Amino acid sequence: MEKLGIIDFGSGNLHSVFKAFELVASKSNKDLKVEIVKNSDDLLNCDRIVLPGVGSFADCKTGLEKIDCLSQSLSDLVINKGRPFLGICVGMQLMADQGLENNPTKGFGWIEGSVELINLKSKILKIPHMGWNTLFIENNHKIIENIDLGEDGLHAYFVHSYNFYIKKKENLITTSHHEINLTSMVARDNIIGVQFHPEKSQKLGLKLINNFIEWSP
Amino acid sequence: MLKSRIIPCLDVDKGRVVKGVNFLDLRDAGDPVEIAKIYDLQGADEICFLDITASHEDRGIIFDIITRTAEQCFMPLTVGGGVRTINDVRNLLLAGADKVSINTAAITNPLFVKEAADKFGSQCIVVALDAKKINKEKENSSWEIYTHGGRNRTGLDVIEFAKKMVEYGAGEILLTSMDKDGTRSGFDIELTNKMSTSVSVPVIASGGVGNLAHLASGIINGKADAVLAASIFHFGEYTILEAKEYMKDQGIDVRID
Repeated sequence: MEKLGIIDFGSGNLHSVFKAFELVASKSNKDLKVEIVKNSDDLLNCDRIVLPGVGSFADCKTGLEKIDCLSQSLSDLVINKGRPFLGICVGMQLMADQGLENNPTKGFGWIEGSVELINLKSKILKIPHMGWNTLFIENNHKIIENIDLGEDGLHAYFVHSYNFYIKKKENLITTSHHEINLTSMVARDNIIGVQFHPEKSQKLGLKLINNFIEWSP
Repeated sequence: MLKSRIIPCLDVDKGRVVKGVNFLDLRDAGDPVEIAKIYDLQGADEICFLDITASHEDRGIIFDIITRTAEQCFMPLTVGGGVRTINDVRNLLLAGADKVSINTAAITNPLFVKEAADKFGSQCIVVALDAKKINKEKENSSWEIYTHGGRNRTGLDVIEFAKKMVEYGAGEILLTSMDKDGTRSGFDIELTNKMSTSVSVPVIASGGVGNLAHLASGIINGKADAVLAASIFHFGEYTILEAKEYMKDQGIDVRID
């Protein structure tokens, strides 16, 4: 049996993330157990890893580092051992080189770029980028297979004021329009990150979760 | 681009929906979780629970309702009513709320909003303001904030106060017209428009919806980012999908997945 671990470092409620993964796992053919993991030892047993995060970049980073050896184990599993990884919201942003929310804070440096406040020229659109938006494909990827995207496609639920400005175009899977092109999905090797909340995105979210649990990078 | 949101709102007292909800084929029309599931299926963009439980000892019931809803509805959930302390915000978020709406406490202690936004992030802090129009005769309309269901005046200008709330970190403004609430005669469009064009965060229009044209007007004329309604959905007059199809016909971008 495979194990999927959702990392809990005290950033917020993971109940709906857990329930969404559990629901998808129960409907798939895969023998997969979904668990919430709170320490490095439990994380080491996981075949797939999900890192959700809400709140500020700096708070999430501090929260992770407070747990003994967790950051080191995470980096070892994801970077050296190639375990499939999904970062959600701030969990995606943490993969950047740095985040500029509140105090400049170093990220994992897994995907080149930095996380900065969304700066819109017009005063018409609002920040936070809050609500349902569509996704436009920049690079194809297994994670979006069989999901209807583009202008008339399915919607994802977003709520954020900071954007992951990435350096290498090849890491960009989808963007979402909000005056500028916001980074909505990134990937590299065995790593995926989504700015939106799949656990709150009804159809699109559950399909994406299904693709992640079936993904062999 | 972002779609205009439709948000059904449920008043919950001691874990039960009040003001009656009248759906067909519902085993328990008073159970907020059952109703939330239906709105989820109909394609609601968010659900809002307003906890009106008065007695302190019964206030914990809402947590179980939120948890059970978040387990079954994979959509955003906003919860308000009696939120006064950082611990209240934390407990609601931990139960499964995505956003917490702060009303009276924002008026009596504005810095509470700042503290909550600093602690949990602006993305989950909604400030709910109830306003009544004053100086109705004059050309330049203004609106005053009222608390306690419209009973208490505050002397505060709602637009100026909302701007201050945004400065303090509010991520969204839920604006209710006390003149229109319960009248089914449509939103206070002038107020909604003034608010939407004055603050940099999304605005949810509330109070007065009696038909689908009112919802569309809140977006088109009021420039709101989202529209909130209760009775027109609760009594089964319209489904969320019907509302969205109507709005789409009016040229509004809505999500129909």
